[in-house]
Amino acid sequence: MGRHRPSLTALPRWAPPALGALPAAWLAVFFAWPVATMALRAGTPSVDLGIVRFTLLQATASTAATLVAGMAPAYVLARFDFRGRRLALAMVTVPFMLPTVVVGAAFIALLPEHLHRTTAAIVMAHVFFNMAVVVRLVGSMWSVIPHELTGAARTLGAAPLQVARHVVLPLLRPGIVAAAIVVFLFSVTSYGTVLLLGGPARPTVEIEIVRLATQLGAVERAVALSVVQLVVLGVVAVIAARAQRMASRAIAAAPQRRAPRTRRERTLIACTALLTAAAVAAPMLALVAQSFRVGGRPSLEAWRRLVDPVADRSASLGIDPLASMLASMRTAAVATILSVTLGLLGSLAIAAGRRRVAAALDTGLMLPLGTSAVTVGLGMLITFDSAPYDWRSEWWLVAVGHALIAVPFVVRAALPVIRAVPADHVAAACMLGASPWRAWREVIVRRAGRPLLVGAGLSAAISLGEFGATTFLTRAGRETMPIAVSRLLARAGDIPRAQGFALATVLLVITAVIIAATDLPDRTPQ
Amino acid sequence: MRLVARDITVRFGTTTVLDRVSLTLDSEMVGLLGPSGSGKSTLLKAIAGLVVPDAGSVFLDGSDVSLVPPHRRGIGMVFQNQQLFPHLDVGENVAFGLRMRGQRKADMSDRVSEMLHLVGLAGFERRRVGDLSGGEATRVALARALAPSPSVLLLDEPLAGLDRDLHDRLAGELHSMLAHTTGLLVTHDRAEAATIASRVVSLADLAHSAP
Repeated sequence: MGRHRPSLTALPRWAPPALGALPAAWLAVFFAWPVATMALRAGTPSVDLGIVRFTLLQATASTAATLVAGMAPAYVLARFDFRGRRLALAMVTVPFMLPTVVVGAAFIALLPEHLHRTTAAIVMAHVFFNMAVVVRLVGSMWSVIPHELTGAARTLGAAPLQVARHVVLPLLRPGIVAAAIVVFLFSVTSYGTVLLLGGPARPTVEIEIVRLATQLGAVERAVALSVVQLVVLGVVAVIAARAQRMASRAIAAAPQRRAPRTRRERTLIACTALLTAAAVAAPMLALVAQSFRVGGRPSLEAWRRLVDPVADRSASLGIDPLASMLASMRTAAVATILSVTLGLLGSLAIAAGRRRVAAALDTGLMLPLGTSAVTVGLGMLITFDSAPYDWRSEWWLVAVGHALIAVPFVVRAALPVIRAVPADHVAAACMLGASPWRAWREVIVRRAGRPLLVGAGLSAAISLGEFGATTFLTRAGRETMPIAVSRLLARAGDIPRAQGFALATVLLVITAVIIAATDLPDRTPQ
Repeated sequence: MRLVARDITVRFGTTTVLDRVSLTLDSEMVGLLGPSGSGKSTLLKAIAGLVVPDAGSVFLDGSDVSLVPPHRRGIGMVFQNQQLFPHLDVGENVAFGLRMRGQRKADMSDRVSEMLHLVGLAGFERRRVGDLSGGEATRVALARALAPSPSVLLLDEPLAGLDRDLHDRLAGELHSMLAHTTGLLVTHDRAEAATIASRVVSLADLAHSAP
């Protein structure tokens, strides 16, 4: 075989690097540089073991509870076709998209006073938030187990429980393991929810990082703690990914959903759907309801002050909810434009590039997602603090932080679609007279429209709800909505609390509208 | 062994898949013919207990097993697409039914090698299921179903999807392997049914016809 000659319909050799230059530079400046700075500036880590223990304890409890709670909905949604199935699946997914402070606020609104600031509250909120992970990851494995396979086990003498133990569970194991790892990592790095529900008496590592850096001014110690956490979580993720790859067994089959046949199946579906819907809806409804109550009585006061800041100045002590909405909108708009542009360029470069380089860029763009948001924010804070790179007071730095976290979602939405375009389509376009660039634009980029819209919606939702990184990057007078919600709920008094619920309700509604708008049925031909 | 299915009726929602179908097997291998979608597989599943019929009964040597769950009916089945357990190797697949009955390890491995020898796959115990060819997978599925010595063996299009030569050769082998088995073979291939079974019936002839 001779040297590989590039196809004449391929883009010129310099095209992939040119497309990938901007995303790569972005990654180097706003991610790699801060991480390197953190590694260099880290002091000796000195960790309170009690904090580490509590972090692991709540994460383990959250993971176990989420797995248990998610199994029944995963089973029902994966195995049966019934009216309202799509709605039920959407409902289970909504909490996962909600801003962490909205989840925290919703559980404060839902739970009675004596359950506030308890581990149980944190675990419940994590179950609510992460249930979708179990339903999706375990469900996708469950849905392809053929009914005949379990039937075969039955005819070989296996009782229903034996079928579950010897056939179904082993086949689900990769999905269960994957879901457990994801939920565990999310629970360890959960910040906004734990801050609101745990309070100062229950610090986790993330809370401690923020406290060290912002309240005690012990930045070196905070950085050291972040670096240790980053390394530990990174190792866990790599080991998990490897174990996962070895354990996965592909069953080549289409989803095996069927209509329920017996009364028992119908009862099971109805009960699971109702319970799950209630568990998902209750915190959100409680949040909305509590925003219309002040001091135990129905009142519109919180909403009135929300839209009439003049009446409010004195009471809210410098937090201007209306201004925070505008700040959030502007930040979200910039973050969305940034992440869609960088995500598209990155996806095209990954799809067209040589294998190694493409894989490196792909991994690089994913990394900020695996890093906790608090770490991303802290890294940027300590890196861009001296001239000529003193960008801490620049309004766009918050949007950059948000885009860093949102780009992976754009890439994951766009790349599979771009990769799925058969090379023959590009060739056909070239045969019909299109230049390679034109062929790419006509055949590939145009198909990416829908995934980019989904990516844009996700980016906007992520930016509106982002809390961990924003904690470090926000500046007085430009607080975003999640920051304003957390400050209002931290205040004493009934009115700020109701205002916090009202502002969280606004955030909830905006996020829900964005999700609904981007989750329209896909009409692109496959 | 005598198997009687009497007036089996199965409805899925509003469609009636089987309408009062009756069939008797008297220590023989019967081929059941019918076009695809005619309910042949559903009849097998109703006999095995995997589908609960809306009406009708199944008798094994005179006793009504209609309410006995499939894992206690003692009826074996070879499924379409084999349905081998992908997380177990060949030996573990064949041993599955024995394990469910709580057999001892040593007895199981003897029986497994005996069964694999019978289907012409001696020494295949440690092979991965995913590495088998279509013909080999069919043989393993047969060995797995036969290992617990079922009283009746049901075969649902066991040779579907094999190429012509292999299909004909396996059909001949099945005939000799199953010569003394009570069983029901579902297929849409008349020649295959005639080769393997001692008697061939058509599903249309089994349905209750109005007087």
